[in-house]
This record gives sequence, structure tokens and C-alpha cells, in this order.
Amino acid sequence: MILVIAMASIQSTKKGYEVGDVVRDFNLKNVEGKQVSLSNYKDAKGFIVIFDCNSCPVSKLYNKRIQALHKKYSSSGFPVVAINANDAEKSPEDSYEQMVKEAKAKEYEFAYLYDQSQEVAHAFGATNTPQAFILVKKDAALKVAYIGAIDNNARDESKAEKKYVENAVDALLKNQPFSITKTKAIGCGIGWKDA
Amino acid sequence: MKQILACIVLIFLCQDSLVAQNARTIKVSELEAILKAKTDKIQVINFWATWCAPCVKEMPIFEKANIDITEAKVTLISLDLNLDPAPEKVYRFIERKKLASTVFLLDEPDPNFWIDKIDKRWSGALPATLVLNTKTGKRQFVEHELVEGELESLIATVK
Repeated sequence: MILVIAMASIQSTKKGYEVGDVVRDFNLKNVEGKQVSLSNYKDAKGFIVIFDCNSCPVSKLYNKRIQALHKKYSSSGFPVVAINANDAEKSPEDSYEQMVKEAKAKEYEFAYLYDQSQEVAHAFGATNTPQAFILVKKDAALKVAYIGAIDNNARDESKAEKKYVENAVDALLKNQPFSITKTKAIGCGIGWKDA
Repeated sequence: MKQILACIVLIFLCQDSLVAQNARTIKVSELEAILKAKTDKIQVINFWATWCAPCVKEMPIFEKANIDITEAKVTLISLDLNLDPAPEKVYRFIERKKLASTVFLLDEPDPNFWIDKIDKRWSGALPATLVLNTKTGKRQFVEHELVEGELESLIATVK
């Protein structure tokens, strides 16, 4: 009985995916108004899923770096899929309409998806923007390979000597192990809807 | 006239140095020392930045606690330097909002290296608040904008 309660409490405190977990596919609207699932990407070897938004100053500093990641890795099978989960009531700058404008103005080549219900952000256990989850296909399942920061210097890309996401994807492409699978960075807390 | 001018200059200089003194730049080692030092007061440490809208919104809660809750010591740790090396924006914010709580600017690159030293539960998202009883080691950590009354409850649970 005690064990059952203990198990239940572990379950309830576990928040989102950890490295190695299998990811459930989702279905979210992109900035062209189309519904997108990860299963739509037939040739993908994996994904660089990034919880992102328009308004966060940290996201703004990483915007070009995110575009560059997509340019660098989409052709080799790891496209960027950006997801905005911020509650538009709390952060009007992150409404769907503003996402459409932002994607057009900045000529996003990657999918920019709207997680209006915040279900995907909750499933992933996303905490802040920008936050990357690298997923890799293994035996028809998608598994989490990395969670965290894009690199270790938000302020100045040229001083970021640890390129976490690039290192991870490079290793995955070569089928090699890599040591840093989880990192943290200062970011904007996701604007959750009031419970 | 010269004397008046000198006085005005002096006042400005003093104000400037007061603000600068209040918002000293620190390294994470100094912050760790604050967390380790055993004091009679409950340490309330809020992590914020001028660019973080929910942080700015909840700031009056900390300012009020700084005055009203005598058993607590409020420290506001700005993470502005993480995005912008110039501290002036923070100084101006302190002046504009007339912040009375102690403010430090944390100057540490590479957040992955030090976030866990503050609290392992912290993802790095702002705002975040640590409430710590340094004598018993009891601590509470929250990673969201506080609602009215929440800080008082947090303080009560670590007493």
C-alpha cells in the first residue's frame, strides 16, 4: 500500500520527458494555418524541437542561431521545429497572429507551431524559452537525446565555446555517443495559463 | 553660484554612488556565501531581470516584504548582465522604481555551470524565488510569478 502511494507520488511529481524517454507525436498549427505532426517529416532522422516565442529577449538573442541550426541540419535530417506555448492573454506579443507576422518578417524556414492548449509544452516538461529538445529516431520511435540550452553564452555567440545542440546533433549524425545531454540556461519562464 | 553648483554636483555624485553601491556586481561564489552564512533572518532571494515582465510585475511583493516582514531579508539578484554587459539599465530601473531592497547584479556567464548551485530544482526560468532558513537549512524554491500572500506562506513553511 505504502509502495503504491510512493509510486503515485513519484508519478505526479515527474514533470515531462527525460533524456531517453519516448516522445508522443503531436499535432499543432503552423504559421501557414496547417496542422503539423512530427510523423509528417518522412525523411527526418530526428528533430531539434525548440520551445521559443516572439517576446522573450533571450529568444530574440538566439533567433539567428536558431535559423542557422535549421539551415545547417535540416538537409541532413534534423530540422528545427519551434513551438510557442506562451499564453497570449499573459503575453499578447506571443499570440498566433503575432507568430505569423514574426515568421514572415524574419523569413522563418523552419516550422513555427502554436501550442495554444499548452499540452505539448506540459508533455515535454518545457520550462523556459528558448529551450531545445533534440529527438532522435530509433526503431520507429522518437527518443529524447538532449534537453537544454542551445549554447553557453546568450549574450555573445562568438564567446559561446560550448555549442551544446550542435555537438549533440553532430554526434547523433555520426552515431557517436556524447557526454552533455542536459543543460540549463537563464530564460523566460513559459507564460502558463492560470490553472 | 559656484557653491550652489558644487552642491548640486555633489548631490548627483552621491546619488549615483548610492545607487551603484546598492546594486553591486557579484560572482556566484559570493551568492553561495550568502546562502551558507547562518543568519537570524529568513533569506528571500528573488532572481529577476529588467527584461522579464512577470518579474517586474511581482517586484512590489518583494519591496513590501522587505519593509513589512522584519524576520526576512530580501535580496534581488538581477540577471540582466546575462544578456547585456552594461549595468546602467538596472541602475536606472532601481532609481525609477525607488527599490529599497538590496540588489546585486550577478555577473556569471555559462549558466549551466552555476544554476544548480543555487537550487537543483531551478530550470533557469525567470522569475524564480528561493526562501531559505539558513539555520535549519529548510528551503522553498518556486519558479513562477508570485501571487498575493504566497511569499508569506513560503516564509512560514521554512520557519
